[in-house]
Amino acid sequence: MSRPGLLAAALALAAPAAVAQQIVGDAIPASLTGQPGDAARGRAIVANRGVGLCLLCHSGPIAEERFQGDLAPSLAGAGSRWSEGQLRLRIVDGARLNADTIMPPYYRTGGLQRVARNFQDKTILSAAQVEDVVAYLATLKD
Amino acid sequence: MTALRLGIGLAIIFAASYALAQGAADKRRSGTQDMSDALQKMQEDDAANPGMLFVQLGGQLWGKATGAAGKSCADCHGDGTSMKGVAVRYPAIPKDADAPVDLEGRINLCRTANQQADSFPPESRELLALAAYVAHQSRGLPIAPPDDPRLVAFRARGQDLWKARQGQLNLSCAICHDDNAGRKLAGVAIPEAHPTGYPIYRLEWQTLGSLKRRLRNCLAGIRAETYADGAPEYVMLDLFLMDRARGMMLESPGVRP
Ligand code: HEC
Ligand code: HEC
Repeated sequence: MSRPGLLAAALALAAPAAVAQQIVGDAIPASLTGQPGDAARGRAIVANRGVGLCLLCHSGPIAEERFQGDLAPSLAGAGSRWSEGQLRLRIVDGARLNADTIMPPYYRTGGLQRVARNFQDKTILSAAQVEDVVAYLATLKD
Repeated sequence: MTALRLGIGLAIIFAASYALAQGAADKRRSGTQDMSDALQKMQEDDAANPGMLFVQLGGQLWGKATGAAGKSCADCHGDGTSMKGVAVRYPAIPKDADAPVDLEGRINLCRTANQQADSFPPESRELLALAAYVAHQSRGLPIAPPDDPRLVAFRARGQDLWKARQGQLNLSCAICHDDNAGRKLAGVAIPEAHPTGYPIYRLEWQTLGSLKRRLRNCLAGIRAETYADGAPEYVMLDLFLMDRARGMMLESPGVRP
């Protein structure tokens, strides 16, 4: 296997617990899977109240979803405010930037209390889903 | 004449305004005030409020002798008006006990100890109906938790639970109901979570439900483990919430979407 191939394979196996090693400044520059995400799939995840849950708190440029939240800033323009790496860390575990954030940690299993049995030791999104969401948010440039 | 008109005008304003009834500086809002006009009317109109059917059923059960003791609630307590002012001071510590019970717990104690019958299962029709019947006797009275010093520690534990982050979404009750009340969670206005209307008739449930059922919904929403049936945590949260709603008006049976 080539060196980049090895690296990708290692990253693809990166468990939520290993994320800390990938943080550089306020970002996770490398894809969690070693692959780029798919923006169309990412949009569907963000729009889905039972999967991404994003629109419970955020609003965003997803006109067909009538009920959007106002607990958090609009997602519109997120791709001009932040790099992909910055977006990735905010979704993986925003508490690393703001300990008081109410945004759920989408790719973390540690430090959580009384998690319901069917969600125990599972992340809210998979690594591939996080990448899809990052790819979608990166397209949101006002 | 002018004074009379002013008097009538004021009476209407006072009747219509919870904030004024509680004192002008009190900004607390019952969940009722966040509902559509149509639902508020449904709650206020006894002929339209579906919770009143449970109150009626509760009234029938009140008078029915049962259990090995062959006694009805009425045999010990007289008619339902003797229950006026009871629901506004629960949860409370029963005589000869050292831990608080909620209103449903108290009803089940009477079932087992005084009627010598089986306790009603949680969320059963009979238990909810009797709780609604008893709570309805206090409709319009201010919530008035007892000053029993033994309750302080239980209430404080309820407050800790309220503030603790939990579940896969890592949220606390306080994050939504203290810090973000009035904001929109998707399409829904987050209420302040005052237990003013319980048990409530929830249209989504198509039936009456207890405060515990509501708390289980919120816990499930943040993907947290729900507390077991009969767990003391529900009573502790109830104690904390009733204290937080002290002075607000009891509205049971409430209606919710
Ligand atoms: C329970 C509430 C909640 C949920 C659910 C939520 N967020 Fe957030 N999010 C926030 C809050 C609040 C902030 C503001 C920053 C902070 O508090 O850390 C934020 C910040 C952000 C930011 C940075 C915003 C900016 O432009 O400054 C992005 C991007 C973001 N969220 C994306 C998402 C995505 C994508 C999802 C779903 C996969 C999501 N959020 C789900 C509450 C939430
Ligand atoms: C993510 C936000 C959120 C969290 C966290 C949350 N709730 Fe709620 N809660 C709501 C919403 C939204 C409603 C009302 C809408 C509905 O019917 O679902 C509600 C309703 C309630 C009500 C009913 C109020 C009424 O007027 O009938 C009570 C009581 C309550 N919650 C208590 C709690 C407690 C206790 C906790 C923690 C164990 C909690 N909630 C956690 C969002 C939340």
